Amino acid sequence: MSGLLVEQSLGLAQLQDAGRFGVRHLGVTQGGALDWVAMYWANWLLGNALTCSVIEIPLGGLVLLCEQDSTLALAGADLGATLDEQPLQTWNSFAVRKGQRLVFDTPRAGVRAYLAAPGGFDGPATLGSQSTVVREALGGLDGQGSTLRRGDKMLFTGTDVLRREIPHTSLPDYSSPARLSVIPGAQYSAFSALSLYQAFNHAWRIDQRADRMGIRLVGPELRYTGAPMISEGIPGGAIQVPPDGQPIVLLNDRQTIGGYPRLGALTPSAMSRLAQLATGETARLVATDPEAARREHLELLHGWHSPR
Amino acid sequence: MKLRIETSSIDTLTIRLFDTIDEANMPWLRAAASKLREQFGDHLIDLVPSYTTLMLHYDMQEMTDSQACERVQRALAHLETAPPPQPGRLHEVPVWYHPSVGPDLLRLARQTGLTPEQVAIRHCSREYQVFTLGFAPGFAYMGLVEEALAIPRLATPRRSVPTGSVGIAERQTAIYPLVSPGGWNLLGRTPVALFDRTREGYSLLQPGDRVRFIRVEQPEFILLGGDDTPMEPLL
Repeated sequence: MSGLLVEQSLGLAQLQDAGRFGVRHLGVTQGGALDWVAMYWANWLLGNALTCSVIEIPLGGLVLLCEQDSTLALAGADLGATLDEQPLQTWNSFAVRKGQRLVFDTPRAGVRAYLAAPGGFDGPATLGSQSTVVREALGGLDGQGSTLRRGDKMLFTGTDVLRREIPHTSLPDYSSPARLSVIPGAQYSAFSALSLYQAFNHAWRIDQRADRMGIRLVGPELRYTGAPMISEGIPGGAIQVPPDGQPIVLLNDRQTIGGYPRLGALTPSAMSRLAQLATGETARLVATDPEAARREHLELLHGWHSPR
Repeated sequence: MKLRIETSSIDTLTIRLFDTIDEANMPWLRAAASKLREQFGDHLIDLVPSYTTLMLHYDMQEMTDSQACERVQRALAHLETAPPPQPGRLHEVPVWYHPSVGPDLLRLARQTGLTPEQVAIRHCSREYQVFTLGFAPGFAYMGLVEEALAIPRLATPRRSVPTGSVGIAERQTAIYPLVSPGGWNLLGRTPVALFDRTREGYSLLQPGDRVRFIRVEQPEFILLGGDDTPMEPLL
């Protein structure tokens, strides 16, 4: 049994996996790693199943003490991570020794880092998942929705490690302009023509009102001209537009139903990219052909399962 | 009923059956949900019924969008001509109506010109349909509340509503399954657990179920396991 002792935490870092499925009709949110691509890579680096539980670390402020020798992997944001004050490369696996200290400082590129351990972290699956949802008191180390707290022990039992390397061409570039693919749909045609033009031809600024439920975008005021809606199920990545005209992209911890009109939904890759955009950064929305988006997504998924 | 299928995201469809909120829709939505579950089997990731729609999240590694649409058509093709579907399960839910646990009871009584007791009796006099679940695990939107008792949500939601609180918003009624913020007008409290992760199906109330509230007094409420800790006075 190996483990990491939490020595410091901002209370944001939390256990996540692919999310909770088959229970959304009961009002239970989906949950799961916001940057699922980074979670997949972190697990892939160790040869884990791609959806093994990982620690999602937004913004840094986390210190972990290694209690055993083992191998870990890091993907996603560059939070200036160090191991005993030596810089760690993101998108790599690395050996740790008992007594070494792993520190996540502050974002340098991206927002959320993902730390994987052999076989994933221990923790009870509640309603089929370890994903932490604070407001629903589900998942996490205690199964009650708690985030990482000082004194927590993050245990893992896996020992087999592959230590792979990610091909350079596969690495996301957080410094490139963010172009978020959108599959138009839902109430798309009930927005004014001007609003549809603006939605896809203006830069949108990431607002500080951003959490695991959704990220608000600031830009031109979009106008919905349709009838008031009756609440309906909302898919991940949905772009909903409340009466103030400023869209909110709904993420993994979104409410299961909602009554605001929607322009469509981001593709899974776009959701992963959005999860790494910081307050004040900008993004463009790009209308995408659904079939092309599906092909691209299936190819991406296929890539992890075939030799690289 | 008019079937419309729309693409909602890369792997979800929105299936529209109705255009207005009506208790009579609910058995049809229940029947549609069960036919869709049967048709999609293991390839169904989630199905979220709401007042007039069902959102279907399918496994895109197993089928294309058009195959998913075909399956929906096939599942629902004979829905209208089939015998009328069975209504959902009926639950009797005990509620202690009292200002100490239902801080909006007196205001609602004043506004309607009824006594608090009459408000409680009338809230209990109807069988409500569970339209949909959302907002929190096990939180069921139910209706329709009679016109006379309909009052808008609080202008400023309470920061913390206790578990089991029973409320009204417009013509809907609901029970808070766990402590959460909330803007519904609170009339009382139930001792019944709405969401229990150790129970089969987790949620007491399922979409399409029916609910009748039963008025109980404080001793019975406590006997049934209720927590009678009073709420803070109205903010």
